[in-house]
Amino acid sequence: MEQYVIIGNGVATVGCIEGIRSVDKESPITVVSGENHKVYGRPLISYYLQGKTDLERMKYRPDDYYDKNGVNLLLGKTAVSVDTTAAGCVVLDDGTKLPYTKLCVATGSSPFVPPFENLESVKEKYSFMTLDDSLALEKALFPEAKVLIVGAGLIGLKCAEGIADRVASVTVCDLADRVLSSILDTECAALMQRHLEKNGMTFLLGDSVARFESNKAFMKSGAEVDFDVLVLAVGVRANIGLVKDAGGETDRGIIVEDDMSTTLPGIYAAGDCAQGPDLSIGAKRVLAILPNAYMQGHTAGVNMAGGEASLKNAIPMNSIGFFGLHAMTAGSYEGDLYEEKTEDSIKRLFTKDDVLKGYILIGRNERAGIYTSMIREKTPISSVNFDILKKAATTVGFDADARKKKFASQV
Amino acid sequence: MKRVYVNEEWCLGCHLCEFNCAFANSGLSDMVLALKGKPIFPRIHVEEGEKITYAVSCRHCEDPMCVKSCIAGAITKEEDGVVRIDSDKCVGCYTCILVCPYGALAPGETGAMQKCELCLENSCGAPACAAGCPNNAIVYEDRSPKTSLTDDAAGPACF
Ligand SMILES: Cc1cc2nc3c(=O)[nH]c(=O)nc-3n(C[C@H](O)[C@H](O)[C@H](O)COP(=O)(O)OP(=O)(O)OC[C@H]3O[C@@H](n4cnc5c(N)ncnc54)[C@H](O)[C@@H]3O)c2cc1C
Ligand code: SF4
Ligand code: SF4
Repeated sequence: MEQYVIIGNGVATVGCIEGIRSVDKESPITVVSGENHKVYGRPLISYYLQGKTDLERMKYRPDDYYDKNGVNLLLGKTAVSVDTTAAGCVVLDDGTKLPYTKLCVATGSSPFVPPFENLESVKEKYSFMTLDDSLALEKALFPEAKVLIVGAGLIGLKCAEGIADRVASVTVCDLADRVLSSILDTECAALMQRHLEKNGMTFLLGDSVARFESNKAFMKSGAEVDFDVLVLAVGVRANIGLVKDAGGETDRGIIVEDDMSTTLPGIYAAGDCAQGPDLSIGAKRVLAILPNAYMQGHTAGVNMAGGEASLKNAIPMNSIGFFGLHAMTAGSYEGDLYEEKTEDSIKRLFTKDDVLKGYILIGRNERAGIYTSMIREKTPISSVNFDILKKAATTVGFDADARKKKFASQV
Repeated sequence: MKRVYVNEEWCLGCHLCEFNCAFANSGLSDMVLALKGKPIFPRIHVEEGEKITYAVSCRHCEDPMCVKSCIAGAITKEEDGVVRIDSDKCVGCYTCILVCPYGALAPGETGAMQKCELCLENSCGAPACAAGCPNNAIVYEDRSPKTSLTDDAAGPACF
């Protein structure tokens, strides 16, 4: 009989529970949840503010999920250390010691707030990572409010979209010279920025806050921004402390192999806190996206329970939409470029060494998963009709055998 | 489980399956009322190459990428093996489109994501595309690897 403990209660944890239960239906699982909520779709916190979902529908799993899976859920408890010296136990903030035989660290990431001068003087300031953040921000919003968001990345812009209809104005600033700088190049970012501006957003790019004075931000460029509410969405840092302090190898995230094992015996890590293999660059990287959290968690769970699983084809991939315009990106942007552009769409496919390496699709992205699967499966370009495929994501570009496998047999 | 499979040699490219699908999921009992003069949002699509045509719909994958990737937990695979979308929970992020290797999902009329659910949720009870295909190019049958195969594979470990 194993004794499983999982720290964190996000999507990686759900993957882990389901991975464990696919092999071991009996042994008890204890989940330590810092947040006082059952698992919800973290990305939905902006859709909540937008009115596209509600607290009930945001639930990632039904209420009876934990009971049905034999999980003892400890809500509102924080793990403060992992003791690996003897039999292995997790120490909680209330002093409880939880013995484990297999442990999964799925602690996600935390907002990173750089030291802005005089940030203390700002009363209404919020992060945008958790459901509680979203609920607190909601309370601070009012129709006449001017909102300043620091950070034009995925989280900052999703927040901007979420609150757009509930406030008078939204200004977004970022040190980077473009929006979504981690996934879009200059031209693609410009297209998205135009669209966001059409929908009422104001941008201050290539600029950052020099200091705050209660309801005013003084920018490095000399610009001044008045605001009622400040949202800090500069970036996130993986929560690696527990494993680092216990002597496990960490970098930007907790270093894991493709079976999600850390360098500490019996301890696994998954999700936003983990730094595992990224097929698209052939090195380890934190891939802070929800599908990866689930798949890493599941892989960890299967291995914790004595099964065999490895995640060999993880890649960065994102689908993010604002006011009806969607951007999809995947893989790495290296190699030969195939491009199509219109007024309101861009398609960029990158090929190298006979494989599709990555893509950016803005506007038109029907059936993009066909491209994603080519990247993940390293489908040789020479084995497909790429003249057809590059123009449209369609399965007719695959050869007859591949089509037979896909559509005339079980997959 | 029974799934929808295609015989591309037999497909005529007539697109009847698309209309049967849209009608089956319209909730209406009159095909003309349901479809005439309106854009249709079928969950099956006829792929057209130079010399081939065949219909593509959700494969109800054994290990579905869409289920693992949906940011809302709106897509589930039940014990019966059927992959279903809870359109109430869907927020329209398109992550499922990003990951489905078969291009089997597309937004419906209201913007919520939709895909083939084998007509188990509508009044047909079995896929209307297969039932209505004039040339048997779409069939609804069980092609799961035989249990005996699995047994064989597990065999050597016992010796
Ligand atoms: C606003 C927003 C929008 C997003 N949009 C998308 C999107 O569209 N698509 C996408 O793929 N991804 C998106 N993401 C990223 C996605 O949400 C994450 O990649 C995913 O949720 C990570 O899951 P996880 O289980 O690894 O971590 P988390 O969901 O962060 O869960 C970790 C949990 O561990 C808890 N914890 C941490 N330390 C401890 C401790 N010591 N003791 C107890 N508990 C602890 C935390 O409180 C937290 O609840 C978005 C994120 C945000 C914030
Ligand atoms: S939508 Fe795509 S990934 Fe999901 S079950 Fe259907 S074919 Fe598989
Ligand atoms: S579009 Fe809807 S069903 Fe698809 S991943 Fe997003 S929330 Fe899930």
